[in-house]
Amino acid sequence: MATLGELERAVMDLLWQADSEDPAEIAFTANALRDRLARKTDSSPDGKELAVTTVLTVLSRLEKKGLVQRERDIRPHRYRAVTSREEHTVELMNEVLGSAPDREAVLAKFIGSVSEQEAETLRKLLTA
Amino acid sequence: MFWASYLLAAMAVILAWPVPVLLARAKWTARAPVTALVLWQAIALAGGLSMIGAMLTWGLEPLGENLLAGLQGLAGLLVSYAPAPGLDLIHVFALSAALLLGVHLVFTLLLTYYRIRKQRNKHRDLLNLLSSPVKNSPKTLVISHPAPVAYCLPGGAGSVTVLSEGLLELLRPEELEAVLNHERAHLNQRHDLLLWAFAAWRSALPWLPTSQLAQQAVNELIEMLADDGALRTANRETLIRAVAVVASGERPSGVGAPAKELLTPEESEALSTAHRLHRLLSPSPPLGKPAQAMVLGCSALLLAVPTVLLLAPGLAG
Repeated sequence: MATLGELERAVMDLLWQADSEDPAEIAFTANALRDRLARKTDSSPDGKELAVTTVLTVLSRLEKKGLVQRERDIRPHRYRAVTSREEHTVELMNEVLGSAPDREAVLAKFIGSVSEQEAETLRKLLTA
Repeated sequence: MFWASYLLAAMAVILAWPVPVLLARAKWTARAPVTALVLWQAIALAGGLSMIGAMLTWGLEPLGENLLAGLQGLAGLLVSYAPAPGLDLIHVFALSAALLLGVHLVFTLLLTYYRIRKQRNKHRDLLNLLSSPVKNSPKTLVISHPAPVAYCLPGGAGSVTVLSEGLLELLRPEELEAVLNHERAHLNQRHDLLLWAFAAWRSALPWLPTSQLAQQAVNELIEMLADDGALRTANRETLIRAVAVVASGERPSGVGAPAKELLTPEESEALSTAHRLHRLLSPSPPLGKPAQAMVLGCSALLLAVPTVLLLAPGLAG
C-alpha cells in the first residue's frame, strides 16, 4: 500500500492532468478517482485494492491544504484541483525568490560594483 | 551597584550602534567568516545581556549589592509583602522593563521558530506534490520552473536541496555539483539555526541598528562559508560561474526570511552576491591565526564583561 503522501501526489497528478487535458471534465467523484488510481497502480506488487475511504481521506487532507475543491451541489461530491500545477509552482518559487528582479538586472548590478578587472574575468567566464 | 548598571547601559549602547556599524564595514570578515560569525553572536548576546542587565541591576539597587543578592532580596520581598525601604516606583519600573524585555526576546525567538517551521512544513507539503527526485543524487528534488533557482530546505533528516529545471539547463554538470555542495554545506553546518536566531533578534528589536546589520552580515557570511564548502571539491572558475548564474534567482536564506530590511531584499541580495563574487574573483589569504585568536578573545570578553558586571559588585567590595 502506498503512503498517504504518495497517494496525495497521485491524486493531484490525476486532477492536474485532467485540468490541462479536457476542460469539460475536471471534477471527479472519489469512486472515479479510485478507479483511475487502481488502473494506474494495478501492477503494484502487493495487489491490494485501494479503498474508496482511503481516497476520501486523501481528498479531505488535500482539501484542508487548499489544493482541492469540493463541489457539494450534487451527490456524490465531486473534487477538482483549485489551480493548475504551474500556478502552484510559481507560488512556491515566489516564496523562495521574493520579488527577485530579472537576471540581467542583478548581473548588471554586481558587475557595476566589482572592479573593472573582476568584471572582465566574470564576463569571460559567463560567455565561455 | 549603580556604577555597574551605568557600565552595562554604556555597553548596551556601544553594542547597539557603533560596534555593529564598524563591523559591518570591516573587510576582514570575508577572510575569516567563522570567526566573524562568532563575533556577531557575541555582540548580539552581550548586547541583550547588557540591555536587560542594566535595567535589572539599576532596579535591584536598593535590595542588594549584586544580581544574586538583589534577586534574593526581591524574592524575600515578594514572599513577605514587607515594605522595602528605598525601592521606589522608578525601581519597580526598571525591573518591569527588564522583565518585559527578557520575556519579549524569548517569546520572539519561539514565535520566529514556530513561524519558520510552519512555513517550511507548508512549503515541503507543496514541494512533495510538485517536484521529482533526482537520480543518483539523494535528497535532491527538481521543480519545473524556468528561473535558475537552487535552495535548501532544512529539516533534520528530511532536509532537501531543490533545483529548478531552469538551473539544470543553464549549468554544466560540474557547476551543478558546485551548487549542490554549496547548498549541502548550508544544511550540514546548520546555518538555518543562525538564520533563525538572527531573524528573531531582528524581529524582536527591528529599530536597533545592530539587529539589522547583524542579520545582513550573517546572511552574507553563511553564503561565504557555503562557498568555501563548495570550493573543497569544485574549482574556483566553476563556482564563480555557477554563483553568477544562480544569483539571478536565489535568496540566500531560502524559506523563512522576514520581509523588511534596511536594503530591499533584492538590493541586499545583489550586494551580498557582489561581495561573494569579489571574494571568489580576487581571493585574499585567510586572516592570520593571531588576528583570529584576538577576535575570538574579544568575543569571549564581550560575554564575560556583562556577566562580571552583573555578579561581581558585592563580591569585590
